[in-house]
Amino acid sequence: MDFEQLNTMQKDALKEIGNIGAGNAATALSTMLNKKIKMSVPNIFILPFSQVLELMGGAETLVAGGYLQVDGTAPMSILFVIPEESLKLFLNILLGKKEISDFTLDEMDISALKEVTNILAGSYLTALSSLTNIEFNPSVPALAFDMVGAILGNVLQLYGEVSDHALVIESVFLEEEKEVKGHFFLLPEPGSLEIMLRELGVVF
Amino acid sequence: MDVIKVGMADLAVCKAPQRLMTTGLGSCVGICLYDPITRVGGLAHIMLPDSTQARNNQNKAKYADTAIIETLENMITLSAEKNRIVAKIAGGAQMFNFIGTSSIMRIGERNVEAVKKHLKMHKIPILAEDTGGNFGRTINFNPDNGELHIKTINQGEKIV
Repeated sequence: MDFEQLNTMQKDALKEIGNIGAGNAATALSTMLNKKIKMSVPNIFILPFSQVLELMGGAETLVAGGYLQVDGTAPMSILFVIPEESLKLFLNILLGKKEISDFTLDEMDISALKEVTNILAGSYLTALSSLTNIEFNPSVPALAFDMVGAILGNVLQLYGEVSDHALVIESVFLEEEKEVKGHFFLLPEPGSLEIMLRELGVVF
Repeated sequence: MDVIKVGMADLAVCKAPQRLMTTGLGSCVGICLYDPITRVGGLAHIMLPDSTQARNNQNKAKYADTAIIETLENMITLSAEKNRIVAKIAGGAQMFNFIGTSSIMRIGERNVEAVKKHLKMHKIPILAEDTGGNFGRTINFNPDNGELHIKTINQGEKIV
């Protein structure tokens, strides 16, 4: 089953998971940073791969991508992408960093971004788990800092065997007047989407 | 200059002075083919090694095996001679480093292997390759002289 074939009710169910997940993530981030971090109600897109890249500003856009794999009854991949521009502001919020030098991230940045990926994935998975009663086991995250086309391509490949569409949750983080936009990708493996929707009670 | 842009899981052919390019190759592989006499070129941006293992295989450009056949056919229509066609390939990186490497993480390597196998089956020699590593590549191919220009973010630029 492909995201493209979802009906309105099924899409709404996924959006609701996005909302709850964002709420959990904001709380977790605020606790970790001891700062008030808000997350706006996320936009959810179901897009073909080519448009996913346009949403990111083209295949060559430099981004950081945090990736992890989720095992269990409904295995999936999770990818969190932040473009270079937002990344500077994001690291400022996370680490109080003034500026990052061009094209490199130090150990501290990498570890902070992995931790954020962990928190976000954990928040969405907790939301998903409490609504579906499915257990999810996320892996340790990996991080890449490179062209978005290269990063996404790598993740979409497994998934590309069955689908040409991706579910994208656009998350906006807010700290005081600062606003950072990141994109969160939920990529269920073949069959996982059906299992989740069935457990959510949205029969198709 | 006339440059045809090839997307992910997409392919195109052209005749010099037209050029071909594709951006953001990660574990995908860019297969550049050309006939040096008629200067007809082709570029396929493949994502996966094998169409026979896929349930959804309508898009020929997505898989190494079918993309090579399709590109060759389109080039021959543009007056390329199959026995003169040569290849240059780039991509097949592994963007994420994980402890314990599962098959999805080795997909770049599997893509490169499949491309080489199928080019060999079609008796197409590989003149140059820039594959592997853990970084993305943007490539620009000129069938006029067969030059393949490779651009990266941290590893500089080169021509093969």
